[in-house]
Amino acid sequence: MTPRTVHLTVNGAPHAVTVEPRRTLTDVLREDLGLTGTHIGCEHGVCGACTVLWDGQPVRSCLLFAIQLDGAALTTVEGLSDGERLHPIQEAFWATHGLQCGFCTPGILLTAKALLDDNPSPDETEIREAIGGNLCRCTGYHFIVQAIVAAARRRTST
Amino acid sequence: MKPAPFEYADPHTVEEAVTLLAAHGDDAKVLAGGQSLVPMLALRLARPSIVVDVNRVAGLDSITPSGTGVAVGALVRQRTLERWAADRLPLLTAALRHVGHAPIRTRGTVAGSVAHADPASELPALLLCLDGVVVAQSRRSTRTIAAAEFFQGPLMTALAPDELVTETRWKLPAAHAGWGFREMARRHGDFALVGVAVVLTLARGAVADARIALFGAAATPVRAGAAEQALRGQPPSESALAEAARLATTGLETVSDLHAPAAYRASVARTLTARALADAAARAKDAP
Repeated sequence: MTPRTVHLTVNGAPHAVTVEPRRTLTDVLREDLGLTGTHIGCEHGVCGACTVLWDGQPVRSCLLFAIQLDGAALTTVEGLSDGERLHPIQEAFWATHGLQCGFCTPGILLTAKALLDDNPSPDETEIREAIGGNLCRCTGYHFIVQAIVAAARRRTST
Repeated sequence: MKPAPFEYADPHTVEEAVTLLAAHGDDAKVLAGGQSLVPMLALRLARPSIVVDVNRVAGLDSITPSGTGVAVGALVRQRTLERWAADRLPLLTAALRHVGHAPIRTRGTVAGSVAHADPASELPALLLCLDGVVVAQSRRSTRTIAAAEFFQGPLMTALAPDELVTETRWKLPAAHAGWGFREMARRHGDFALVGVAVVLTLARGAVADARIALFGAAATPVRAGAAEQALRGQPPSESALAEAARLATTGLETVSDLHAPAAYRASVARTLTARALADAAARAKDAP
């Protein structure tokens, strides 16, 4: 009902948006800021497609209201690459075919980034546990896990 | 899948929060981590006229150990407690790893899960197992509610509409106690079909104290009093543990739903209880 203006930093860029309380962060990212890389799957916290990073930690953007986030620093999938240069995790997904239709990919990339920032060389069990909350309906989990293994290797070897 | 319109308030003190709750009563919903409330809003299973977001309330985010227990502020995230408890209260860490997934636990709060009181949730059963209490504050009073009295039914608790949970307090088992945690879910991170948490204390080769709490089995988390009593004084033999598992699930009013009929839940509960008791007995160190 009563709208409020909130200030967000998304991928390093400051934004001011005026939002009604019930608007989710996902909707504000997509509709107000035009950052449509954050996908909407289930819209009730089950599928993980809308995962973004808040202060580096993975969160479901469909379970946050934008009005709560005044002062927050967020990373969306658009913030991973450096212009045309893919982030090492994206590059690993590209190289190992870690995606099919790509719908779940933004959420998985950010979940993987949070995992590798916290644990630079996870084993396969840890990887599977970390992405357990991200549904891939193409069911390409095997290549996704391989992509994260490859990304971890690239990171630790550089 | 969009919530109905609501007003929004983000108080900065407990006093402001409970004043809002006193003014709006049943029309208000407290928003902490939002990992249960926001889906309910999206599905319009909850339609509060005002959401009181307590995330900016100061002083509710600390974990404070005392001699025999630990006080967990209402805004402590599940992920934070999961990490804190890893070498202090591994039973809690084991259980927390079954709560949703890492991104859910990053945001979800310990107190929020307790106050939400989903009968299939891990944390309410853990609070019951560890003889915990809930601290509830309103403009009228501050009171403590034992876990045994707190959970009254599915999503129903002893909290009044004007009360805010400010803290949960957990008793630490003795250092030599053993623990067990077993859960069955269709997929990891889903709500449990049924699960069980166990703490066993041994002395001179026999069970000195047993605590068994089941979740997902009935309308609330339940302590298996008869089984706990039967174990006391017994050596933790396979037959004694099997008998305790039988007693723990005898008379249990298991629920039937889309995922599992009541008889199946009861059967799984018995098997998991026996396994959790065996895990706990193996981990327990004998005290003289």
